Amino acid sequence: MLNYIWLSMIILAVVVGGINGKIENVTKSGIDSAGNAVVIAIGLIGIMALWLGIVKIAEDSGLMKIVAKAIAPVMRRLFPDVPDGHPAMGSMTMNIAATMLGLSNAATPLGLKAMEDLEALNTNPGVATDAMCTFLAINTAGFQLIPATMIGIMASSGSREPTAIIGTTLAAGVTAVITGVTAAKLLQKLPLFSVERTCRKGESE
Amino acid sequence: MIQDILSTVSIWAIPVFLLAVPLYGAFRRVKVYESFVEGAKGGFQMAIRIIPYLVAILVAIGMLRGAGAIDMLAELLGPALQKIGFPVEILPVAIMRPLSGSGALGMAAELIQTHGPDSFLGRLAASAYGATETTFYVLAVYFGAVGIRKARHAVLAGLAADAASLVAAVIVCRLAFA
Repeated sequence: MLNYIWLSMIILAVVVGGINGKIENVTKSGIDSAGNAVVIAIGLIGIMALWLGIVKIAEDSGLMKIVAKAIAPVMRRLFPDVPDGHPAMGSMTMNIAATMLGLSNAATPLGLKAMEDLEALNTNPGVATDAMCTFLAINTAGFQLIPATMIGIMASSGSREPTAIIGTTLAAGVTAVITGVTAAKLLQKLPLFSVERTCRKGESE
Repeated sequence: MIQDILSTVSIWAIPVFLLAVPLYGAFRRVKVYESFVEGAKGGFQMAIRIIPYLVAILVAIGMLRGAGAIDMLAELLGPALQKIGFPVEILPVAIMRPLSGSGALGMAAELIQTHGPDSFLGRLAASAYGATETTFYVLAVYFGAVGIRKARHAVLAGLAADAASLVAAVIVCRLAFA
């Protein structure tokens, strides 16, 4: 899937850029983005180290297991392939909690830790598991209780009622999470997306 | 009221967490400093591991933006969507949202400025922006961190969520603000 998407994006960019007479822009924007990707990744190092360190203490002290057990009934339904009490349950729970509170600095490192824990259960390296896809559906929906960035922009633009958007954003956000999880759960059953098929295709490529 | 509680929780969450975890660790006789350093070691590797994935996806998105493909797509889709009562002004923001967080934020802010923050369109742009995450960025970083190259159905599930939340934002904003 990513092979096709990525290739289509580049083809589309060059063709459309040519038609629009913006081909120089395509080059500049592409090269700038490559540099920017590294800046983003390097910028993550410190925060990653901080949260991975804290999570390690939580693991060693057994706190992660307690967290995982606390909301196990919900998580077990979302992630039936992840065993009870597995560290992935703890780190996924903490990632989702951080996202809801809008703590994106903490959410990303915790989410990446969760991916690492999920990878430990993966028998096909390089191929996403059902649990990973469901977890990513939750994360790409990015459900926040308070859309702080937007409230800030509304306020600085002179809104009389910058918080008016909280309710509507929540409603749309809940829709995003429910749709994402439902789509992930339904699509994982399709033969087109089965692990076996994906693995076989990988070998023939 | 609820908002005050939530923002207080947001402000205190990290310091309390940074205190509570080592405190509990010490209580359970974990060597907290050693444990922390051991865990923190992984931070560098993980950040470096995502670079190729992030470069691949951000370059493709950057090229698309540079080409003006997003506006073009919005123009192509616009007439059909206008017929079913979709506010087409929001379309470029909606298309940009899963691709680039900063790009979509800039476009939403511009809409808010031009139409006014308390207008229907301004509020719709804000709601639609706030309701989802940057799907392709999240996919690249999260999958990149563990070397996943076959995303299976994750892309489709993420985009389905984006589309559904956009439709929901339009409907809810119509009901609330129009």
